[in-house]
Amino acid sequence: MDLYREIILDHYKHPRNFGELEKPDAKASEYNTTCGDRISIEVRVNASTRQRIDDICFSGVGCAISMASASMLTEKVTGMHLKDVLALGTNDIVNMLGTELTPSRTKCALLPLEVLQKAVLSLQTHNG
Amino acid sequence: MDAIRKDFPILNRRIDGKPLIYLDSTATSLKPQAVLDAMDEYYTSYGANVFRGIYKISERATLAYESARERIAKFIGAKEKEEVIFTRGTDESISLLYYSWALPHMSACDVVVTTIMEHHANFLPWQQLVKTKGVTLKIWNIDPNGELNLNDLDTLITRETKLLALTAVSNVLGTINPIQKITRTVKKLNPACLVLVDAAQAAPHMAIDVQQWGADFVAFSSHKMLGPTGIGVLWGRRELLEDMPVFNFGGDMIKEVHRDHTVFAGIPYKFEAGTPHVAGAIGLGAAVDYLTALGMDAVRKHELEITSYALDRLSSINGISIVGPKEATHRGGVIAFTMKGLHPHDIAQILDEDNICIRVGFHCAQPIHEYLSIGATARASFYIYTTKADIDALANGLYKVKKILG
Repeated sequence: MDLYREIILDHYKHPRNFGELEKPDAKASEYNTTCGDRISIEVRVNASTRQRIDDICFSGVGCAISMASASMLTEKVTGMHLKDVLALGTNDIVNMLGTELTPSRTKCALLPLEVLQKAVLSLQTHNG
Repeated sequence: MDAIRKDFPILNRRIDGKPLIYLDSTATSLKPQAVLDAMDEYYTSYGANVFRGIYKISERATLAYESARERIAKFIGAKEKEEVIFTRGTDESISLLYYSWALPHMSACDVVVTTIMEHHANFLPWQQLVKTKGVTLKIWNIDPNGELNLNDLDTLITRETKLLALTAVSNVLGTINPIQKITRTVKKLNPACLVLVDAAQAAPHMAIDVQQWGADFVAFSSHKMLGPTGIGVLWGRRELLEDMPVFNFGGDMIKEVHRDHTVFAGIPYKFEAGTPHVAGAIGLGAAVDYLTALGMDAVRKHELEITSYALDRLSSINGISIVGPKEATHRGGVIAFTMKGLHPHDIAQILDEDNICIRVGFHCAQPIHEYLSIGATARASFYIYTTKADIDALANGLYKVKKILG
């Protein structure tokens, strides 16, 4: 098992879409109490359909796995339909990272998805 | 040292062809063959229930169970073996005190003092007592070297203070608290204030004497001192224990039961409802024998040598900050640290590639991490089987971490 693959290290050291959006439609954050990781995600949806993610940013602190997972996730979901975002699960994240994860590290890898889905859900509640 | 390492079968293991570098003894210790054999012998040759059987193997089980209690009592300097109560571990020992001593004795005008360096086991009950009984909880903070300043007791211990609950050795800072001095000062300020010592990190690593300490209650766990999991001890002074109501109900904790009333057993049995962890007590007894044969002063001496070596090696790595006292003589065999810009989970994960086992997180002591304004820490801890080669492996592993993630 090579957890710290080149691509994971690359996303960890040079996170994509890191920062904050100017006028996000939704945002959410989550805190992992066992290790103190904090991740916030902001999304902007397509102005007319309000069904697809147009823009996404993340911020926070965490281990290489959670940071790389967040960075790769933002790339993966840009342009994705909201219902497809909500359908993402553990396997999608593991495949995205392209590595095996132990149970304790699965939590780290899934934290960004949890946050993103929380943001999307809040958006749907707002929409009605 | 080689002789000691041979006693621990797990150290012969190879994982992916590489040896095990176990640096997490503060979480739980490895077990010597003598402990495994003692427990195995109980289950294979005389695995009967204790107290009730009028047949040979049950009598033998009872004798072995009670003999373990006696040897443990001697190991900690207890006056009599009845003062040694078997529990599931330190957490349950302190919870027992919460339910059977604190709840009935405390009221809203009372004060409990604990320290910022406690394990949650010795923090949550007292924080909870604020809610349940309205007591005031005062928290004894540390100085910049990670140590308690005894002068603070003048303000912390007042006429209203009913309990000081503190650890003998911090599982994060490593700080060894001068229990005897603290107890003396407390009793001078208020003779009615009781002192509870969490000895989970002390009993495995140094000679302890509950009477010399002058403590009222002492709690510790078997699995951190070479014994099995699932068993621990609450020691208390006889008159205090006798005065406390029962904790759990069930078998073996009564003298007589009638339709309308019950006469409970005396100590220690009134606190040991149900079939006890017989094999566990026998295993802990064997662990105590093993430690006694080594000599606790020798145990401490070895750990001091390893800790001092580890402090030197780790502090020479750029970007590492170590929490707790700078002097090895002021600390037990535990070193928690952070590495600039690196997350503890990543540190541990990369070390694990070479079977180097350390612990990361808050180590069940979140308040001290908050107090120090640090996130999670990485923690390496040592015991009688730890070698300088283990520390070298750790140091090399940390250089590797820096190379991969830096």
